[in-house]
Amino acid sequence: MAKRVGIEVSIAVSEAVKLANVDVVAAYPITPQTHIVEHLAELVADGHLDAEFIPVESEHSAMSTCCGSSAAGARTYTATSSQGQALMLEICYIAPALRLPIVMTVANRSLSGPISIWNDHSDMMMSRDTGWIQTVAENGQEAFDLTLHAFRVAEDSRVLLPVIINLDGFTLTHVIEPIEILDQKEVDRYLPPYQPQMRLDPEDPVSIGPVGMPEVYTEAKKAQDEAIKGSKEVILEAWQEFGDLFGRYYKPVETYRTDGAETLLVTMGSLSETAMTAVDHMRAKGKDVGLVRIRLFRPFPFEEFLAAVEGAKQIAVMDRALCLNGAGGPLAIEVKAALYDEPERPYIWNYVAGLAGRDVTIENFVEMADGVEAAAADGLRGHYTIINVRE
Amino acid sequence: MSRAADDLKDFQRFTPKKLPVEEPLAPGHRACQGCGEVLALRQVMKALGNNVIVVSATGCMEIISSAYPQSAWRVPWLHVAFENAAAVASGVEAAYKAMIRKGRIEDKNTTFLAIAGDGGTADIGIQALSGALERGHNFVYVCLDNEAYMNTGIQRSSSTPYGAGTTTSPPGKKSIGQQTWKKNMPAIAAAHDIPYVATGSPAYYVDLMNKAKKASLVKGPAYLHVFSPCPTGWRCAVEDAVQTGRLVVQTKIFPLYEVIDGKYRLSRKVKKPKPVTEYFKLQRRFRHLTEEDVAFIQERVDREYDRLLELCGIAPEE
Amino acid sequence: MAKETGMVSWKDLALGCAIVKPGSSAELKTGDWRSERPETDYEKCIQCGQCYIFCPDMVYTQNEMGFYQPNLFYCKGCGICARECPADAISMVEESE
Repeated sequence: MAKRVGIEVSIAVSEAVKLANVDVVAAYPITPQTHIVEHLAELVADGHLDAEFIPVESEHSAMSTCCGSSAAGARTYTATSSQGQALMLEICYIAPALRLPIVMTVANRSLSGPISIWNDHSDMMMSRDTGWIQTVAENGQEAFDLTLHAFRVAEDSRVLLPVIINLDGFTLTHVIEPIEILDQKEVDRYLPPYQPQMRLDPEDPVSIGPVGMPEVYTEAKKAQDEAIKGSKEVILEAWQEFGDLFGRYYKPVETYRTDGAETLLVTMGSLSETAMTAVDHMRAKGKDVGLVRIRLFRPFPFEEFLAAVEGAKQIAVMDRALCLNGAGGPLAIEVKAALYDEPERPYIWNYVAGLAGRDVTIENFVEMADGVEAAAADGLRGHYTIINVRE
Repeated sequence: MSRAADDLKDFQRFTPKKLPVEEPLAPGHRACQGCGEVLALRQVMKALGNNVIVVSATGCMEIISSAYPQSAWRVPWLHVAFENAAAVASGVEAAYKAMIRKGRIEDKNTTFLAIAGDGGTADIGIQALSGALERGHNFVYVCLDNEAYMNTGIQRSSSTPYGAGTTTSPPGKKSIGQQTWKKNMPAIAAAHDIPYVATGSPAYYVDLMNKAKKASLVKGPAYLHVFSPCPTGWRCAVEDAVQTGRLVVQTKIFPLYEVIDGKYRLSRKVKKPKPVTEYFKLQRRFRHLTEEDVAFIQERVDREYDRLLELCGIAPEE
Repeated sequence: MAKETGMVSWKDLALGCAIVKPGSSAELKTGDWRSERPETDYEKCIQCGQCYIFCPDMVYTQNEMGFYQPNLFYCKGCGICARECPADAISMVEESE
């Protein structure tokens, strides 16, 4: 029977990994992911999880070791943040190209420089183009659920792509929340054992990772492109089944009180919860503001996003990272790309907020809603504002 | 960690009349004419047989054996990147360990082999190698040392011998070529306290094959440093790969030895050592060396060899 | 040409662009590379097998009579076998049309 407990989110994530019965964990510690891997080490040391826990000597080796393990046919997991994600980035492009269904938790943290251990989305944004499927958790329950969902999707024979579950470092990883922890029987019903489609086996030799001559590279990339686009169907299916079994349904884009709202906020991650409270405050004052929360970041849910923002006149997109291209943040760019072909497009203003743990308050969200309305009315051009910065 | 000596108790040697017949590496690969590295690799693979999973770093051997759609590998093979052969192999080994223990696959005593060049071992790959050796994974690591980054155009590595010319250590008015002495990778491997370390050369194929086999029998990490002559990069005649592989041993520049459970053991005592010039004169990469340079090198080669003899518990020669 | 067999539709690629045919390099005629080829004088051959074990291209195989014969489909003409033969039984001759 599932148990609802007060538990630190990192520990809940490790419990999910344990329930998934992984075979190999290869990880390097980095704040704020440490509690996840420490708890996994404990679970292995005490015999609660039968897995090889490999304390690798760097994140680059962590992802490399995961590639070897996954290619050998084992269910494989790792976790990282920020600088660690950056260090393994080379290999993060390779894992999806080799179709290795590795699951990784990224405890979102800002990228140096300056060096910072605090939470924002720059590490998530850095790995946008690697080809990993990416989901974003808003709270501890989601962190737990999305972990199980990740294994289910990654290892599906129609997908065979690695999956990242993003969760905000410290603000999620280190807080205690009431989370329903499923039991083993329930998880086994949802998550079948991993059946590799191709593995390293002397009985059936294959050569994985050959040289992609110009004659084949484009086709290889097209195959990968089609694979990640096609994964959406399986992602939705797996969420439907999760809901049918456990009563919690997830969608690629969630909306909150968007009915009749001409002004929308767009957020990702744990700040969505603050935004929801802000929406309640604004609605109570008679302002028709709604919230759109993105849960599936890769592949980007164009269809669901367009449906969610239909009818809006202005959208304030909150980014927690800077592109440093002169136009603000990356999420706003994706949103604009999603809307470009639409005959009716809302006005968009990008708010960069919450960099490296800077608090984003209910007042800030009200500021964003008011701000985008004023900017739209004035026809303001210039793309973005970094809020809460001391001039 | 188990003792190599115990694992090798019942070891049956290959002999010139009893060579392994397997060819896990197929012909039709794209190595240069006369490539000593692919020859060494072939010999190692013959010794290991078909029950092996190969993890390769980026490098000559990876490029020439896996140009899509052709693969020269008749055994399972995985290539991920340049600096991580040891880390990837660690993952394969651990996966098998877990899957066997959890009853999902049978234990067929498969050998896990990581191969990389001198670049992928001593330079960009040294971190991953050190980690894998320290963690004690049960695998064989073979460094195919052709003494430069040959695949990218003959640039120097820390394994390039002193005085050798490469494209990033070219000899000139202000430089002798490579200005540092070759990094001692077998000693670095041995310093990790692993059960088996050995050096080999494809000219001494029975010795090399026996060492490869022993490396696979030992439980825990085994490191094999294999001298790999490269006519293309060293600018010697295409038919000279084996001869250079012989001379490098006969001149004491690259001695053949093992380190078993931390004890050094000389494989082949060089009875009448040849002067280093015999080895240099075959290769244009040493052509610019002056008599003074050669004397400097000869002195150090002699000294290093005597030091090795001491480690092996043999009295140095006069 | 070997390259052409790699030119397939993206739909026909194996997972992750893997090569699923082990040893498929055996389709490549590296023998086209050479300008000289080895010729063995079997009167002199002592069947020591050095040509076999020193060939980087696995060109030599032993026939029923114990003599080593080169498979010229792969031979790149490097000349190691001729150089190493202790009986001087192998010589490199110009490749002719």
